[in-house]
Amino acid sequence: MTETARSQTAPIEGPDPEKVKAELLAKYPPKVARKRAKQIIVNRLEPGDKVPEINANVRTVPGLMSQRGCCYAGCKGVVLGPTRDIVNITHGPIGCGFYSWLTRRNQTDPDTTPDGHNFMTYCFSTDMQEKEIIFGGEKKLRQAIQEAYDNFKPKAIAVFATCPVGLIGDDIHSVCREMKAALGINVFGFSCEGYKGVSQSAGHHIANNQIFKHVVGLDDTIGAGEFRVNLLGEYNIGGDAFEIERIFEKCGITTVATFSGNSSIDAFANSHTADLNLIMCHRSINYVAEMMEKKFGVPWIKINFIGAEATAKSLRKIAAYFDDPALTERVEAVIAEELPAVQAARDDIRPRTAGKRAMLFVGGSRAHHYQELFRELGMRTLSAGYEFAHRDDYEGRKVLPGVKVDADSRNIEELDVCQDPDRYRPRKTPEELAALSAKGLEFKDYQGMMPEMPEGSMVIDDISQFETDLMIEKYRPDIFCAGIKEKYMIQKHGIPMKQLHSYDYGGPYAGFKGAVNFYREIDRMVNSRVWGYLKAPWQTNPELAATYAWE
Amino acid sequence: MLKPSPKAPKFTVTRNACKLCTPLGAALVFKGIRGAVPLLHGSQGCSTYIRRYLISHYREPIDIACSNFSEQTAIFGGGANLKIALDNIRRQYDPEMIGVATTCLSETIGDDVPMFIREYRESCAGEDLPPVVHVATPSYQGTHMQGFHAALQAVVDQLAQGAAEAGPHVNLFPGMVSPADLRHLREICADFDLPVVLLPDYADTLDGPLWTEYQRIPEGGTSVTAIRSSGSARASLELGDVLARAKETAAGLLWKRFEVPCHRMGLPVGIDATDRMFAALAEISGRPTPENHLRERGRLIDSYADGHKYVMDARAVVFGEEDLVVGLAGFLGEIGVVPVVCASGGRSGHLAACIAERFPDHSQKGIQVLSDADFVTIETAARDAQPDFLIGNSKGYSMARRLDKPLIRVGFPVHDRVGGARLLHLGYRGSQQLFDRIANTLMAARQTASPVGYTYI
Repeated sequence: MTETARSQTAPIEGPDPEKVKAELLAKYPPKVARKRAKQIIVNRLEPGDKVPEINANVRTVPGLMSQRGCCYAGCKGVVLGPTRDIVNITHGPIGCGFYSWLTRRNQTDPDTTPDGHNFMTYCFSTDMQEKEIIFGGEKKLRQAIQEAYDNFKPKAIAVFATCPVGLIGDDIHSVCREMKAALGINVFGFSCEGYKGVSQSAGHHIANNQIFKHVVGLDDTIGAGEFRVNLLGEYNIGGDAFEIERIFEKCGITTVATFSGNSSIDAFANSHTADLNLIMCHRSINYVAEMMEKKFGVPWIKINFIGAEATAKSLRKIAAYFDDPALTERVEAVIAEELPAVQAARDDIRPRTAGKRAMLFVGGSRAHHYQELFRELGMRTLSAGYEFAHRDDYEGRKVLPGVKVDADSRNIEELDVCQDPDRYRPRKTPEELAALSAKGLEFKDYQGMMPEMPEGSMVIDDISQFETDLMIEKYRPDIFCAGIKEKYMIQKHGIPMKQLHSYDYGGPYAGFKGAVNFYREIDRMVNSRVWGYLKAPWQTNPELAATYAWE
Repeated sequence: MLKPSPKAPKFTVTRNACKLCTPLGAALVFKGIRGAVPLLHGSQGCSTYIRRYLISHYREPIDIACSNFSEQTAIFGGGANLKIALDNIRRQYDPEMIGVATTCLSETIGDDVPMFIREYRESCAGEDLPPVVHVATPSYQGTHMQGFHAALQAVVDQLAQGAAEAGPHVNLFPGMVSPADLRHLREICADFDLPVVLLPDYADTLDGPLWTEYQRIPEGGTSVTAIRSSGSARASLELGDVLARAKETAAGLLWKRFEVPCHRMGLPVGIDATDRMFAALAEISGRPTPENHLRERGRLIDSYADGHKYVMDARAVVFGEEDLVVGLAGFLGEIGVVPVVCASGGRSGHLAACIAERFPDHSQKGIQVLSDADFVTIETAARDAQPDFLIGNSKGYSMARRLDKPLIRVGFPVHDRVGGARLLHLGYRGSQQLFDRIANTLMAARQTASPVGYTYI
């Protein structure tokens, strides 16, 4: 833990968190309250980064308005959505395809692949009708794949199953195999029916599995570049991956593949030739990293490019791994060159943001990563939680051996991966790895969010709309971060709300330039004058406010 | 009868759909009922996606609960989940009504939702249970508009009551229009001194001010009590030409069951269509059209005369929900614009007939009607049709960009501009705003294309 991080974990002032917890649970029937009590945790820090246990990755109680999406959303929307040159076909009725049509703000640059393919702006759906629900949709799917091929001659076509598909028993995988043989291009399917798992997390896992099975390892060409890495779990929202790529390029680090921001299927196929996997969003992509290590010998480390300090730290980790004096020198030179502009912006803005308090409820990594940026602004995180993360994302991977696998997770396939007889190539000797570990480079590890959060802060998994309301009433934070579904409800409370899924159509926020963008954005938001107009000049009597209340 | 262009190849796959799914329409109707909470019976993705999508247009809190199906629920049925969901919603939100809409998932497995609700009611005997309205909205049948109208029918079917004598009020079923439209319709009825049961009415729930105190369910909407009284209204007005051809509608049901007289007409866009609505209101209320609206009508005609030179013979591509397309096409015809392509993702089968009714000379004008169309099909037709502008929702933006033609945003969804909820389309006032926007768009295009850049046009 960094010095700044440690000073930020000092206990926070405000209402007694245990009392707040009791109030959050008060409206629930006893059974629901018991369940939620294990997902609403008051953070305590004990030596050795030990934190209390939290229940996560469990089903949402019906009727509690959750932030969560479904398995299909995690698979098609999150992991495969940002890959520009695969034609994605949603097999199902029209809604699912429509709602996942360019709704995430993944940016892409088609000019970086020779064919210039970009199908992200298209939304293909088999648009199932009652007839297909009754008689089966395989025929229509086959036809749809043929048409997608005729239309675009893509390198690959992917098929995504929605709820009814699994129920009526369409075998999308056999259709894909058949069409793959007929068309001579890569065609593969994802059984990501919305009811699988407990959240989009199941969809991430399914996406990881299929990409690993059908794409990774298809191209063994070792490309140019001395320090070749994959960036995993970076989806290029608002151009984050572009900023990271810019920094990498300056440092002389080559990105073989990004999973999956600004990505191309060719890069996935070749990704196993990289020498190091860097994980941004641990939740959505750690499966690919694990499998790539097992099969091809590529080690992985957790990095974070959200926050200028975190970016510098992550770059140093990469340099330490490659252990090359020239690279280390270049990395240090880049950090020295980039930081002054960041520092200048921070010095200007920090007096207006210091001491303010934030809440973050988003994703499977952002609620953690963005605390870095708030720390840099002198702000504190009162409460945070993930939408779809697991216990390891909260408490650290050290808890993994003890995590219970429930029925919902067991239904998601675990690929049985073993060493590739020809292509497994350990990148470092065990001695080298041990030496790097001794120097503080942690392989295959993620410490989780809670060890870096203040004592007494509230950690809430899968927060509901109702609990969000109460948290805001109790703490009145200066800013709240979540997604578009929560945005306007929070703002009705008179509290600025920053979208951390789409970035409110701003960004990038990663890397050095991104940090400056974020500082400016938060300055604008927490110091906005708009809330001051809420009460008209003749409404000085606070009692008047009560007349607005809905009865 | 108009025929789709023979040039358009028939595709199985839907490429860039020009329609949304049925439960979205149902959820929107429930948001227009006071104190109501919509509940989707299915997997949580449906409610999340639909909330997410509606919010991107309305920019307001939109709570939609769901019964969170898991794999097990999908196999063994969703009865238990629905009951837990109903319990939790009641405890948290104390709603005045819960609207349950089904999804592909619960429909495919054949959940008997009315039975679940009956059982739930029985288990809550003696408790103060709010009405729980159920509507079947499998997404593999129809579009969001079918969901919208099915929900209206379900609400009326399950709540409306008759009375010995008709009341002073009128029912108004405006269709899927904007909050600004709803406010304007309310105002018009008030000017006729006509109490109105406007269903749905999400004018306030989906376009509200900032609050000084938080409201768990946003205020506004038509109350359950008002909906109950719809069976004793003196008349119903139902807007939409395509809807008027539907076999079953909410107003139709009230006529059949309670003999509430039913007036059906197109969306009041343009002079002609708005005149028809005002005439109906005058007839029902026994009052002449109020002076302020006559003056608005006068100003609108005045602007038609003044602006005719800018809009005459312009060519437009119109797309969106069928009823909106028919309404807009009629209005465009009135101001001298030719709606060369009239397209919708809906497939009621009535779009072509409705357009033909508005344009008896459609073949000379080369008007093409595309039903059950996606955006790729629409774009192909638009390219051939050489339009001056496009009018429809934000989903047409990519097409407009490729065609390099201006897009005038109307309807739903408008998520790449602010103020989607404040767009007014209906009445003399709404027509005025549309006319000004169209004329100004064409003038701006002329100005931009001019090598000199005249400031007087």
